[in-house]
This record gives sequence, structure tokens and C-alpha cells, in this order.
Amino acid sequence: VTAVWITIAVLCVATVSMRAVGPVTFGNRRLSGRAAAVIGLVAPILLASLVVYETFSARGPGIELDERLAGLAAAGVALALGRSMLVVVAVAAVATAVTRALV
Amino acid sequence: MTQDSGVRAGVRAGLPLALPTLLLGVSFGVLARPVMGSVAPILMSVLVFSGAAQFAALSVLAAGGAAGAAILAGVLMNARWLPMGFAIGPSLPGRAPARAAQGQAIVDASFAIASRGDGSFDRGLLLGATVVQGAAWWSGTVIGVVAGPIVADPRALGLDGIFPAFYLTLLVTEARGRRAAVAAGAGAAITLALMPFAPVGLPIIAASAAALLGLRRA
Repeated sequence: VTAVWITIAVLCVATVSMRAVGPVTFGNRRLSGRAAAVIGLVAPILLASLVVYETFSARGPGIELDERLAGLAAAGVALALGRSMLVVVAVAAVATAVTRALV
Repeated sequence: MTQDSGVRAGVRAGLPLALPTLLLGVSFGVLARPVMGSVAPILMSVLVFSGAAQFAALSVLAAGGAAGAAILAGVLMNARWLPMGFAIGPSLPGRAPARAAQGQAIVDASFAIASRGDGSFDRGLLLGATVVQGAAWWSGTVIGVVAGPIVADPRALGLDGIFPAFYLTLLVTEARGRRAAVAAGAGAAITLALMPFAPVGLPIIAASAAALLGLRRA
């Protein structure tokens, strides 16, 4: 049980610090052209990375191919058809669940 | 400078993810209770407030791992707040302590929703979307701890398929233009290449190195 509380305490401090570093260092200022160009790419990169990660993550290191891929494919189709986010997300859940139930 | 939206607009933007986050919180509560007891998971959701890090630390503890290993897993998962914080920092007003406090609102979904696509971020959307995320995550954890196994399996409902779709939707609006699309592709490739062997979390942080493509001349 002690391990649990130590984990929570240290993770709390670490998380709060990591969320604070960027805003404290770079707050409230205008960035130069080059810095802005780099920063502007962070969001698309992390989003692409999260798509990959959330689709293929296993417990621990590794890649797991499962029904989430069907959900992602269905979401891609819904997006191509110009549907709203709520529809896209719902389509993904249904496709994932149905594939899981059938396969 | 573009005007920030209100917090209310952020709440509205965050609503599509309220249910999935709630159910994810429920599954965290359900899984954490046998390992951590009933108070610790709820406190953890409030104090750490990071689903990915909490699941990573929990899986180490559940396997009988030491606190050090659980902390390392959680920190690696959370290190992506560093690049996100550096990106979002210039858009936050106020003195350093105020900015540090606003930085606590950085979570994946809100970061994505608040991004304007030109390197700047909408503070109202960030805070509002995080209000939804927090409320859903905390109440989900409580439900999971209390109701435990009564709750339906989130996987049977396909809820784990929601997050890739959500990030994909945001990516499509975000990756306009050749540079952004190339960088996004590079980030995805780095993540996929590292996932088979790198510790959980590291593939996402390593992907942000692709932002250095921004240094090349347009």
C-alpha cells in the first residue's frame, strides 16, 4: 500500500511540474518566425502520434492489431464524407464494437 | 492576436468526449480498486489527472512492480506535457504563477481542441474543454470504484475505438498544408517504429522531434 501512495505523490509533483514548465518559460510572448514554425508543427505531430498510439497500443511495449483499426477505418470514411465530429466518433465506436462482437 | 473564445465555447467543444472519458474513468476505477483500495484511485485522478499516466502506473503496480517502476512508467507517459506546454505557453497571459496554474489545464483533448493551427492556442477553449474532461474523469473514477463490476465493459461498447477517431478528426483540420502533413506523417512513423520495443509513452514524446522540420526553409 505504501508503494501506491509514494507513486501517487511523486507522479502528482512530476505531472504538475511538467505541465508548468512550458507556460512559465515561454508565457505571454510573441515567438520569432522560426520558433513559431517549429511550435506550429507540434500539434499535428502529436495528434498523428496519438492516432497511431491509441490505435495500436498494447499493454506495455508492443503493437496490438485489434478491432480499433476497424473503428479508425470507419472514422476515416465518415470524415471523407464530411460528417461532424460527433458522428465520426459514434461511427468509430459502433464499428469497433460490431467488429469485436462478430470476429 | 486573435481573440480567445469564452470558456463556455470550450465546454461545448469538449462535450463529444465527455462520455468516452467518463467511461474510461470508470474502467480506471474498476481496475484500480483491487490494487489500490478505494480512496487512492479517486485521489490519484484528482492529483495526477492524466489517464494515460494513471493506467501506465496502475499496470506496473498491478503486476507487483515497485513504486519506482510505476513512477517511471507514469512520468514517461506524461513527458508529452513538456512539448505541449512549450507550444501552448506563448498563448497564456499573466505572471508566471498564473501561467503555471493555467498550464495544469493541459490534457490531450483540450490541447487539440484549443489549437488554432497557426501555432497559437485559444485559452478559453483550453480551459472549457478541460472542465469537461476533469468532471468526466473524476466522476467516472468514483463510479468505477463504487459500482465496480456492475458497470458494462467499455471494450464491448467499442469505446476504445473512440479516441483514435477523435484525434484523427482533429488531425485532419490541423494538418492543412504540405509542411504540417509531412511533419504529421513523420511523427506517426516515429511512433510506430518505436512502439514495439520502447517503454510506454516514449514513442509519443520522441515523435515531437519531427517538429524540427519547421526549421527548414519553406
